[in-house]
Amino acid sequence: MTPNKPETNTEDPARIAGFEARIAAGETIEPKDWMPERYRRQLVRMMSQHAHSEVVGMLPEGNWITRAPTLRRKMSLLAKVQDEAGHGLYIYCGTETLGVDRHELIQQLLNGTAKYSSIFNYPTLSWADIGAIGWLVDGAAIVNQTMLAKASYGPYARAMVRICKEENFHKRQGYEIMATLSAGTPAQKRMAQDALDRWWWPSLMMFGPHDTDSPNSDELLRWGVKRKSNDELRQRFINLTVAQAKAIDLVIPDPQLAFDEKTQNWLIGPIDWDEFWRVVRGNGPCNQERLAARRQAHDDGEWVRVAAAAYAAKQARAESTSEAA
Amino acid sequence: MTTMANDSTTRDADAVTTPSDTQWPLWEVFVQPPGGAPHEHAGSVHAVDAESALQNARDVYARRGEGVSIWVVRSIAITASTPDDMGPFFDPGNDKPYRHPQFYKVPRGIRM
Ligand SMILES: [Fe+2]
Ligand SMILES: [Fe+2]
Repeated sequence: MTPNKPETNTEDPARIAGFEARIAAGETIEPKDWMPERYRRQLVRMMSQHAHSEVVGMLPEGNWITRAPTLRRKMSLLAKVQDEAGHGLYIYCGTETLGVDRHELIQQLLNGTAKYSSIFNYPTLSWADIGAIGWLVDGAAIVNQTMLAKASYGPYARAMVRICKEENFHKRQGYEIMATLSAGTPAQKRMAQDALDRWWWPSLMMFGPHDTDSPNSDELLRWGVKRKSNDELRQRFINLTVAQAKAIDLVIPDPQLAFDEKTQNWLIGPIDWDEFWRVVRGNGPCNQERLAARRQAHDDGEWVRVAAAAYAAKQARAESTSEAA
Repeated sequence: MTTMANDSTTRDADAVTTPSDTQWPLWEVFVQPPGGAPHEHAGSVHAVDAESALQNARDVYARRGEGVSIWVVRSIAITASTPDDMGPFFDPGNDKPYRHPQFYKVPRGIRM
């Protein structure tokens, strides 16, 4: 973020006031509507990061498709990963309505200048990690995306509505994996607990820094892009998840976890924000690997893109000659 | 195999001349749900031609029986009203309350 934003100086304050009045009245902002340049940029930043997260999010799970323990699990995982590709496309398409090219965004992802959710920089070491991802990572995403389905920018909100319809299957298939393992042999149960131990804290970090350390939050809330703060969303996720863990006899790895009668919230111990920033800045366990895999996938798909373009050219030629005849 | 990675992309380049690694033309997707409701805008896809746009649209927007029919149309082919039109353009419809049934009185106790 540059501290000096020239665009805010050049924009008519009356126009900005009108825009904010529309948001306050609950109106939806559509692509052709006037919007402050800063609103547009914040959305491009947020939406492209979100789209990239969906795309990179396929990698940790894709890692286990060939090793899924049963055909049923394999079908579910394939379908889930395919959904995530779709989610990426919905949101890229939404971002394009703000006047940026998807091509440009994908280049930023491939050359490492774009950010995506840090959670996907953690490794998937065992099959139970696939369960933990569906349950916790998709679970956290649902909490966040349910809020974003009411975002003030129409194309973003509509993409979220579509995504939310699909996410419940993701969460349930993950929870089912965890429940099955937890009720299995002692070794399987240990595997499930180990996955929860490793994914719990990174999942809580998915909601971003505490409200007091989140510089973009105020503006995003004021402009109705977000409707709830990072801490509110995190708390909602914690409250939902604690009971789910208990129901399948797994232990949340937080000795300070305690129920607060007054607020009816589950309170947690401190989050390791040093770890969070380390991973955000590119030094997580898998940052390099993820980008390398993404680039490889892009390069491996080159022949498909070449073939599609060649086919279209050939069809167009055939059409023009038959018209001429 | 040639890779033509370049940055000179436009939002809607011409299908047949687009190098493989730049942006393909944009198509808007309209999906008709089962049960007779009209086609509704679902989103957009990039594709080299209409046929692959339809296939992409099916994969992206109809993985769960969401549609019984899909339309795709080049985004540049759509003409849309602008927000500036909003007042004057729709005014003729807004100042004619007699187009609504509530405009008309019926005797008390009569069910219409
Ligand atoms: Fe997703
Ligand atoms: Fe998901």
